[in-house]
Order: sequence, then C-alpha cells, then structure tokens
Amino acid sequence: MATPKPRVKVPKKASKGEVITIKTLISHPMESGQRKDKKSGELIPRQIINKFTCEFNGQMVFSCDMDPAVSANPYMEFNAKVTESGTFKFTWVDDDGSVYETENKIAVE
Amino acid sequence: MAKTYKSIALFSALLMGTGAALAGGPVDDKLVIDGEMEIQTRVAAPEGHPFDEIISGWHYRTEETRALEADSFQNPGMLYVERGEEIWNTVDGDAGKSCASCHEDAGEFLKGLGASYPKWNADAGKPFNIELQINQCREKNMQAKPYKFDAADQKALTTYIKHQSIGMPVEVDLTQGDMQAWWDKGKELYYTRTGQLNLACASCHEDYNGKYIRADHLSQGNVNGFPTYRLKQSEMVSLHNRFRGCIRDTRAEFPAAFSDDLMALEVYVTWRGSGLGVETPAVRQ
Repeated sequence: MATPKPRVKVPKKASKGEVITIKTLISHPMESGQRKDKKSGELIPRQIINKFTCEFNGQMVFSCDMDPAVSANPYMEFNAKVTESGTFKFTWVDDDGSVYETENKIAVE
Repeated sequence: MAKTYKSIALFSALLMGTGAALAGGPVDDKLVIDGEMEIQTRVAAPEGHPFDEIISGWHYRTEETRALEADSFQNPGMLYVERGEEIWNTVDGDAGKSCASCHEDAGEFLKGLGASYPKWNADAGKPFNIELQINQCREKNMQAKPYKFDAADQKALTTYIKHQSIGMPVEVDLTQGDMQAWWDKGKELYYTRTGQLNLACASCHEDYNGKYIRADHLSQGNVNGFPTYRLKQSEMVSLHNRFRGCIRDTRAEFPAAFSDDLMALEVYVTWRGSGLGVETPAVRQ
C-alpha cells in the first residue's frame, strides 16, 4: 500500500452524557519482522504501528500498544462518554517514527 | 487414568459438536451492507445450470467474516476502493491522461460495467476481463505501461471499478463474438480432473460444496465478490490468483494469469454465478 491512510468514524452529534461508539481503521502492512524474503532468504525488517492513542480536548480517552501479532490494516473500536463539544484527535505511531494523525469534531447538545 | 479417558471423551464430544454446527453448508442469513443495501446472495439458477439455487460464498463463511463484509467501514477491502479511485484520477503515461480524462463521469460510466465482465473484445478476438481492459486502455490511450499481473495498482483499480456495480446482478453476455465457444471451453476445463490429487473444479465446488476441506468450507465457487479481501493474505486477491491457488492445491501445474485457459474458465465460472449481486470487495477467510 501507499502511505498509510487513517479512517475514522465518529458521530457528528451526540446528546450530553451519551456513550458513543468510535471506529478507526488505518491502512498498514504491519510487517511482523518474522517473515523471510522468499528470494534472498533475508528477514524482512519489522515495521508496524506500535502505538495508537485517542484524545478528546487534550484528555486521553483510549490508548494501546500494538505488537507484531496484530494483523494488517488494524481496526479499533471503542466507546467514549461525551459531556461537551470538542475534538477527537487520533494518533498512530509507526516503527519508522512516522506519526499519522486525524481529527474529528463532535457537537454535544 | 480413568480421568484422562473421560476428558478425552469429553473433548472429542465437544469437537464433534462444533463440527456438526459448522458443517451445515450455507448459512441462512441476509447480506445487508451498512444496514441499507441488500445484496442478492441467493438466486434461482437459469436453465441448464447444474444447481437449483446459486449461492454466494458469503453464506459459507463464519459470522465474524460475514459481519466484516456487511460494514463498509470495517471491510478492509474498502481501503483498496479508495486507493483505486485515486489511481482513476491520476495522470499516467506519455499521453498525459488519466482514466478520468476520457471517462469523465465515473459514476455514470462505471455503474453496472463491472457486473458485465468478462466481455467480448473484438480487437483482441478474445474475452477481456477488467484487468485486461485496463491494460489495453493504458497502452492504447494513455501510452502508459500495462500493469504486471497482480501489481498493487492493478488490484486497487480493478476493485474500485467493480465496486461501482455493487449489488447489481452479474450478467455475462454470451451472444457477443465467440463468447459461447469460450464458455464451452471453460466448461470443459471446469469438469476436467487435473493434478496429482486428480480433482476438477466440479469435484469440490459442485459435488461437495458445504462440506469440509482442509478445515474450511467449500463454497459453490462463485466469483461475484472478486477481487476479494482474503483474511489469510490480508490483501486483495484477484480472480486469477485464486484460480491458480485452487489449481496448485490439486498439485497440478497452473496456467499463467490471463492465459486462454484461465480466461475461458473466468467466462464459465462467472456465468455460473449469474444473477448474484456484485459484492466487491467481498471478505473471505
């Protein structure tokens, strides 16, 4: 795949105190570091997303570390209780140091 | 000792239990994508078809795999659809054109197109699938290099094009050119046993669909969901890749991708799934 591209699904609106479901997916090969190149026999170096975080208005909502057993194109789904309008910020950290980010706004009525 | 025997007996009883639950053939369920679009996954077979009812491979998969396909957000194949759309709009080759330069209204142009392939191509004198059509366009109109078989961009673009026909019934036009002769040839190949295991396509997908093979369910082998996202490869898998995989597993030498043999097989096998809704990108085990 080309550059990893994050996709996020967050409701645009919610009522105060509602528990919403957040879905995230990022395109990434998640190379485990345990496979060998079929032609050369050399190990293919590990390259995975090793950390994922979700913040709401600067406050941590969800975070996790990922290990080589996680499949390609990792999908994360979790819930959050929202009490005010604001912005969800999602961050994926790659082994090579790249950081992929995306933001979603939500209006709480 | 007695205890061990008991636990073994219990364990085998459990195993048999799951076996029975899983080996029931196609599951009775409906494929509704995002709770909005229902896809035809079971249709009455046309005259001359070996089955009474044509059933999509979706019905043979586990609940989790079926759910992945029913949610377009979770379906990893949708990433390739998005990538394919980018390629569609990207200029490539000496003519300075993209797909979109000629086919301006992609939505209108592509709707239903994928459901009608493979199609007779008079210039080449053989049936073309979407991959071959893309390559012809690239060479003739874009003056770009044709994609090599299973290049990442070829799979993504094919997935995007076929996805534009999602839910529309698969319909191969056998009246064009020599399509009927290719269908005949494909049918012959379908029923010809090959390899050290001496299996024809029909041995598994016609005689034993719904039964187990290698800890997996055999489907009817319909191709309405190709290119398909296979969890095993965590990648899009093209139809000819799948053909080769199946033939390899019979321990036979497999024909090259897009060879006359595999094109004939594609014509015949696509026809066997006539009327099923296009599922691309389908999700399979």
